[in-house]
Amino acid sequence: MKVDKETLHKIAHLARLEVRPEEEAGMLSSLNEVLTWMEQLNEVDTTGVEPLMHISEELNVVREDAVGEHLSRERALANAPQHDEQFFQVPKVLE
Amino acid sequence: MTIYRSFTAVQADLQRGTLTCRQLVDQYLDRIHEFGHLNAFTEVYAEEARQRADALDRKAAAGEPTGKLFGMVIGLKDVLCYQDHAVRAGSAILDGFTAQFTGTAVQRLLAEDVIVIGRQNCDEFAMGSSNESSAFGPVRNAADPERVPGGSSGGSAVAVQAGLCLASIGSDTGGSVRQPAAFCGVVGLKPTYGRISRWGLIAYASSFDCIGPIANTPHDAALLLEVMAGADAYDSTVSAKPVSAYASATLPDRPLRIAYLKDGVDSEGVDESIRKATRQKLDALRAAGHIVEPVELKNLPHLLPTYYILTTAEASSNLSRFDGVRYGHRAQGVTDLIALYKQSRTEGFGAEVRRRILLGTFALSASYYDAYYTKAQQVRRLIREETEELFTKYDFLVSPTTPSPAFRLGEKTADPLQMYLADIFTVQANVVGYPAIAVPNGTDEAGLPIGIQVLGAPFEEGKLVAFAKELTNSPA
Repeated sequence: MKVDKETLHKIAHLARLEVRPEEEAGMLSSLNEVLTWMEQLNEVDTTGVEPLMHISEELNVVREDAVGEHLSRERALANAPQHDEQFFQVPKVLE
Repeated sequence: MTIYRSFTAVQADLQRGTLTCRQLVDQYLDRIHEFGHLNAFTEVYAEEARQRADALDRKAAAGEPTGKLFGMVIGLKDVLCYQDHAVRAGSAILDGFTAQFTGTAVQRLLAEDVIVIGRQNCDEFAMGSSNESSAFGPVRNAADPERVPGGSSGGSAVAVQAGLCLASIGSDTGGSVRQPAAFCGVVGLKPTYGRISRWGLIAYASSFDCIGPIANTPHDAALLLEVMAGADAYDSTVSAKPVSAYASATLPDRPLRIAYLKDGVDSEGVDESIRKATRQKLDALRAAGHIVEPVELKNLPHLLPTYYILTTAEASSNLSRFDGVRYGHRAQGVTDLIALYKQSRTEGFGAEVRRRILLGTFALSASYYDAYYTKAQQVRRLIREETEELFTKYDFLVSPTTPSPAFRLGEKTADPLQMYLADIFTVQANVVGYPAIAVPNGTDEAGLPIGIQVLGAPFEEGKLVAFAKELTNSPA
C-alpha cells in the first residue's frame, strides 16, 4: 500500500510530528484505510477540468495602505511559553 | 421560571418588565451548574455575565437605546477569539492561551448587547463528529447522556438543547453546526461561504470554514446572522455583498420547486425512522402545493473523499502555526529546534488531529500532490457544477441532516472512517460554499431528535430561513 513504516516517518518529519512507537501500527492502518477510501475519486473522469481553488467570489481585496492598529509587542509576546522583553526564545540554532 | 425557547419571548418579557437581564443570566448560571455533567461549557463567565447583565439593565432603565440583541444570552464555541478570555480549540496545544483580540463576529454581537455566558466544548480544532476528541472530555447529549451530541460544535448544540443559554455561535467546516443541531433537536445555520468574517476564528480548513449560529428557532439564527454577516477589512475572503434582513425575509409568492435527495429517503444506509420522518415532511410540502421531486446526485459518493482530502491538506498547512514557540504548549528540556517543534506538537495535539495533519501532509507531498490534492480540487469543481445545475431548476435541496440519530459514546471512536460517514449529507454545502440550515424534524421511537436539512442558493439566506420557518411552523 501507499504508506509503509518508512513513508509514515517521512511524512511525520515533514509535518513536524513524531509517531509514538505504541501508535505506529494503528496510525499506519488507519492512514492506509482512509487513503484507499479517498482513491474512489479515481473513478471520476477529470480530464480537462480546472481545479477549483477559490470558493469566495471576492478577488484581490485590498485595503487602503494606511497605518492602523496593531497588536502591541507586549500582547504579542504574552502567550509565548518562553520570551524576553523583545523576542520569542528558541533553543540555540547557531554555534 | 420559564425556560425561554425564542428571543421573541425573551424580548416580550423584558419589555413588559417581568424579566431583567440579570434574572435571565442567574437562571442560565443555575442551569449550567445543574447540567454540569453534560460538559457543554469549558469555562463559565459567571461574574462577568452578571455584571454585564446589570449594566444592560441599568442602560434600559435609564431609557438609553439598546442593541438589536439586547438580553440575548449566548455561548461561544471554543474556537472564537474574545479578548482577554482563554481560547483553546479543545486542544492541549493551546494550554494557557488567552485571546489578544476579539474576532469580528463576536465584536458585532457584543455591540448589539448580547451577554456572553461562557466558552463551549468542541472537538479538538473542530475536527470530529461526536465531540469526543476534545482535550476537555466528551460532551453528552441531553436527550440521552450515554449518547454523543454530534460535533464538532457539540457543546454549543447541547447548551441550547438543555436551555443553558438562548443561542450559541459555532463553526461549520463539514457540518459542525448542523450535525450536532440535528442530534440535539435544535436549529443550526451554515451561511454562504464568505458571508461572515472569520477574523478571530481559529482556522481548520480555510476554503470550507464558516461561522454559524445554533438556536432554538430559524428566526433567532437569522437575527444572529444579520448581526455577524458582512464586509470586514480584516478578512479578504469575506463577501462585500449587502446584508439583508434575513429574519423578516419572505418566500416568493408561488409554489416552491423543492428537490429532495433520493438516497436520503430510499437508502438502506439511512435509519428507517429518519427516512420516514423525511418522507412525511415532503408529503406535507406536496400537500401545501409545492413541487416536490426526487433528484440523484451523481457525485454523492465523491463528496466525503473530496472533503477529507482538501480539509486535511488545508489543516496540515493551517496547523503548522502551532510550534511551541509563539504560543501554547512547549515541550520541556529540548535543546534542538526541530525536536522542539516535533515534541511540542506531538504532545499537544490529540490522535485525530495528528492523523489529519499526516493525511494532509501526505496529500500535499510532492509525489502525491496531483493524485490526491489536484484531483480533489477538480472533483470539487464537478460537484459545484452539478449543484449549480440543480439550482437552475429548484429553489431548495432537502435531505435528512444525518443518516442516523445520535450514536453512543465510544461507538465510532475506533474507526475514523465510520465517524467520517456521519457527515454524508452535510458536507455538500461546504464543498460548494452554499448556505444550509438544519431544523428539527421530530424524534425516533427512543425519543432521539431527528433533523432535516435544506440547502439553498448562495447568498439567499433570507429565503432559506423563511422556508425553514414554514418547515418548522415557527414564524418567530
